[in-house]
Amino acid sequence: MSAPLGKDLLGLEHLSAEQISLILDTAEPLREISERAIKKVPTLRGATVVNLFFEASTRTRISFEFAEKRLSADTVNVATAASSVAKGETLVDTAKNLEAMKIDMVVIRHASSGAARFLAERIESNVINAGDGTHEHPTQGLLDMLTLRRKFGTLRGKRICIVGDVLHSRVARSNIWGLTKLGAEVAVCGPRSLLPNAMAEFGVQIFDRVEQAIEWADALNVLRLQLERMQSGYIPSLREYNRVFGITQERLDRAPRDLVIMHPGPMNRGVEIDSDVADGPHSVILDQVTNGVAVRMAVLYLLAGNAPALAEAAKGGDRQ
Amino acid sequence: MADEIVERADGSEDLVLVGIQRRGVQLAERLGRVIATREGVNVPRGALDITLYRDDLQTVGPRPIVGKTEIPWAIDGKTVCIVDDVLYTGRTIRAALDELADFGRPARIMLAVLVDRGGRELPIHADVVGRVIDVPRGGRVDVCVTELDGRDEVTMVIAGEET
Repeated sequence: MSAPLGKDLLGLEHLSAEQISLILDTAEPLREISERAIKKVPTLRGATVVNLFFEASTRTRISFEFAEKRLSADTVNVATAASSVAKGETLVDTAKNLEAMKIDMVVIRHASSGAARFLAERIESNVINAGDGTHEHPTQGLLDMLTLRRKFGTLRGKRICIVGDVLHSRVARSNIWGLTKLGAEVAVCGPRSLLPNAMAEFGVQIFDRVEQAIEWADALNVLRLQLERMQSGYIPSLREYNRVFGITQERLDRAPRDLVIMHPGPMNRGVEIDSDVADGPHSVILDQVTNGVAVRMAVLYLLAGNAPALAEAAKGGDRQ
Repeated sequence: MADEIVERADGSEDLVLVGIQRRGVQLAERLGRVIATREGVNVPRGALDITLYRDDLQTVGPRPIVGKTEIPWAIDGKTVCIVDDVLYTGRTIRAALDELADFGRPARIMLAVLVDRGGRELPIHADVVGRVIDVPRGGRVDVCVTELDGRDEVTMVIAGEET
């Protein structure tokens, strides 16, 4: 079985449940490599990966870089502030120039939704979406799923509530598509101003009060309140947000069961999540970071080594 | 086979058995149990998955199922006996040697296989062999173990015909 995922990983919306399970099953044994004294396997020796980040990122970029290096790939980081993008070069020109230097994969983070697909359709290299606008962040969705699966044993029938700024969140979309495909029940909770109008089309429950979400859920995925958007009047004030939607120990103490707490980072402590919750016994926030490296290794591995002809054949699996 | 391994390793004291995923792991476990009964020593066991060390990723593409690698103890200075079901081209063992080197520097590495079917493509030989079967190129030897397949069986397939 070659090219099980096709040429690119652009999102979870068009992956099958089998493909998602395959990535998670592959990530599981790869966790062990990061525990070794020599944290490296020769799998991608000779492959060149470019991390093309058009938006600020610490965790995701470093996580991808560790994943690439632990598989022995050669990596180049392009941060746009210091590149010819600042001189007005287009996305495709940048990528084509990189391709002319014989690269194999591009990991792209971009502020525009659809940027990863746009690029994938125009270059030969494998493209991995590391977050495009408010669209998808598939490897974050996958690492959240791996973390939950390790915690619960299965995702089937588990209730996951995504809390906070769903409107601007690519993490939320990848989570909703991925989790529902593997049989979890998903709900969202947040101020209506921060939920998309078309939320109903995702087929998820909506809670207006965080107390209801806590009552219902097995796990909470607490999203970052995107403070940079605070000027646009989505919420009255940070203090009020914390008072109404903040995940506090006091609220969790009233839950009928222990809730698993996730957060994709970076956290605004005291706004969407209180410190005693983030650092508490049911927080898996740092497990998410550990699992992120393994999930990205799995994706790199599964995309590697497929000839373009095979990628064409695999497009049948992608309904686009 | 268990006796021969212990004899060649000059006793079971520093011996470590490492099975190759998948069937080799079960065989290593069984050899370990036999050694425990005969010698009264519980020899440490480990598992090695060589998928990520293969030399054909670019030509055949990724093997979707990566198994577990578990070497929970230091192998420096030990006598490591690699256990696998069938020895054929030797490429799996080449990969296993590379992977073991990433875990430490054993004093010595041996190889024990249930079936040596010939057809080597690399200068690799087994120290302990359960059975030598000459199988022509294109043929196949399947080893089944009860733990995974529900039965213990070695099947030889030549050009589509079962024997």
